[in-house]
Amino acid sequence: MLKIIIRRLIVSIPLVLGITLISFLIIQAAPGDYLSALKMNPQISPETVERLRKSFGLDQPVLLQYFHWLWRVLHLDLGISFAYRAPVADLIASRAFNTFLLSLASICVTWSLAFIIGIFTAWRKNKPEDKILMGASYLFMYTPGFLIAFLLLFAASRSAYFPLGGTYSPEYFFMSVPQKIIDRLYHLVLPVIAMSVPSASYLFRLVRSNFLEFINETFVTAARAKGLSERRVILLHVMRNALNPFITLLGFEFATVLSGAALIEIILNLQGLGTLLLKAVLAQDLYLIMGSVLMGSVLLVIGNMFADAALAVVDPRVRVE
Amino acid sequence: MKAKGALIILIILAFSALAAPIVAPYSYKHQFRSYPAAPPMRIHFFLKTDGGYTFRPHVREIQRTPEGYRETGRICNVHLLSRGKLLSCECPCFLLGSDSLGRDILSRIIYGGRISLSIGIVGVCITAVLGLLFGGIAGYFGGLVDMLIMRLTEVLMSLPSFFLLLSLSVVIPPGLSSAQTFLIIVLILSFIGWAGFARVIRGMVASIRTSDHVVASLAMGAGHIRTLIRHVIPLTLGYTVVVMTLNIPAYILGESALSMLGLGIREPDPSWGNMLAEALNISILADRPWTLAPGAFIVLAVIAFNVIGESLRASLVVKEKGQ
Repeated sequence: MLKIIIRRLIVSIPLVLGITLISFLIIQAAPGDYLSALKMNPQISPETVERLRKSFGLDQPVLLQYFHWLWRVLHLDLGISFAYRAPVADLIASRAFNTFLLSLASICVTWSLAFIIGIFTAWRKNKPEDKILMGASYLFMYTPGFLIAFLLLFAASRSAYFPLGGTYSPEYFFMSVPQKIIDRLYHLVLPVIAMSVPSASYLFRLVRSNFLEFINETFVTAARAKGLSERRVILLHVMRNALNPFITLLGFEFATVLSGAALIEIILNLQGLGTLLLKAVLAQDLYLIMGSVLMGSVLLVIGNMFADAALAVVDPRVRVE
Repeated sequence: MKAKGALIILIILAFSALAAPIVAPYSYKHQFRSYPAAPPMRIHFFLKTDGGYTFRPHVREIQRTPEGYRETGRICNVHLLSRGKLLSCECPCFLLGSDSLGRDILSRIIYGGRISLSIGIVGVCITAVLGLLFGGIAGYFGGLVDMLIMRLTEVLMSLPSFFLLLSLSVVIPPGLSSAQTFLIIVLILSFIGWAGFARVIRGMVASIRTSDHVVASLAMGAGHIRTLIRHVIPLTLGYTVVVMTLNIPAYILGESALSMLGLGIREPDPSWGNMLAEALNISILADRPWTLAPGAFIVLAVIAFNVIGESLRASLVVKEKGQ
């Protein structure tokens, strides 16, 4: 078990290096940087801009800059944001937590929904409720999450049952801890729905077809012949076998969820990595972009690691290898 | 059956985008200064007269007042196929409403289809070329090249794509024309998108490489490049077409997201994405839900491409089983 995790970590080091190197090279290849915007400001003398450029190390060759950046990252220093004049690590820490919370919540909701509906439709195959759900999923599966977010936001603006975006209420800082938790969850409802509906609609079809594949196997007939209840047969015997491919899939989910979260955060105005990255990109805030990209890929590696570990728990064949 | 319907929808969308100057009631940049944020108007087909109803397509003219838009009571006839337009009204009419600058949303959607639909098609073509090139080389030659290309695709595939898309959009300098921005967006999206496709092609090529006809081609003295292009790649084309169709939606969505955030196609040129930018303002979204109309077209196009792709895939599977 530990071996698998360690191996996975070692494999992911070149991955993170690759992601950051590509991003760095591309950002620096782009014309202009944060300082070129400062140059336009008549109140800042060209000498000051040059001095800033030197102090940020932006006058060196690009590859050298990357290794300087990497060296500092290894010492847990993500650099300073040009635009916010604050350490990147501080800016990212709180937002990464929000993004993590949103991603985790949406994964939980997506997967529980997908399994409940998937098992239900497999069990009621070709009955009217199966057909209705399968038909509806077709529409929801292809409706992009950001559009659902817009629709939810519109509905919220008309009904006033849910907050119009944001991470927490204005009164958040005067609340007691349980109130704070409730307030957070309350603000997560809309983004989580927006993120879960398309992916759950897609996923439950996979669950359904996977269950249907096993439901006619001989070991299921044997379990029924033993006189087990239908619920025991489905939840224990079929589920156990149908689960494996989904855990592998869960690993890939993290990349998708992180990407989806970014756009939803921007639309619903949540303070997460997505909103931070967008602002950083608009301001060409080099170290902030790099910090967000790094954080995104680290979250991804952690997610993949969990998926691998879970697979090793469920499927003994993986452990042998 | 489903695929036929989807194809018809796509043909209609594509045709109206191509023939936008005729199909769209107005130009995409014409501003009706006295009609900002006008609500959608309905075409009424029958007019109530003394002797019952007569067939006379019309809209009811509206006028802006401090309290919002009011009907003036004037009736404007709607003409089909006159004055070189598919539809023309006698007074400004906005079938899907107008935006903050008083531009007709329907016209902008029709013109915007030019960008939003073609970006997918151009994008998958580039992806297919990249995927076939790298996948083909990796699968055919194997060894070190194979390993390098596969590691690269792994990095690309595990990137959170929207993060990458955002970071890459820094490359787009402001002040470019829409055509240039368009090209850069397509390149960015293809750069992200080719990896998964290349991996499958690599697998297919690696298995085709050992088949008799390839050995025969080499034995007859054909070079590796010729064999790869003439005798290996063509066998993967069926799969390529399916993947291309199923990938188009990703490009449409990618462009919409980028343009919506102001990083893609810029005003005044319309795309389905940058028209949604207005909806990012919560008070506009709450007051004027019709700003989301381009979103409906995005969904329509995405569903249509997916339905066609699925049906192509089904027929490919049937064909392979038959052989």
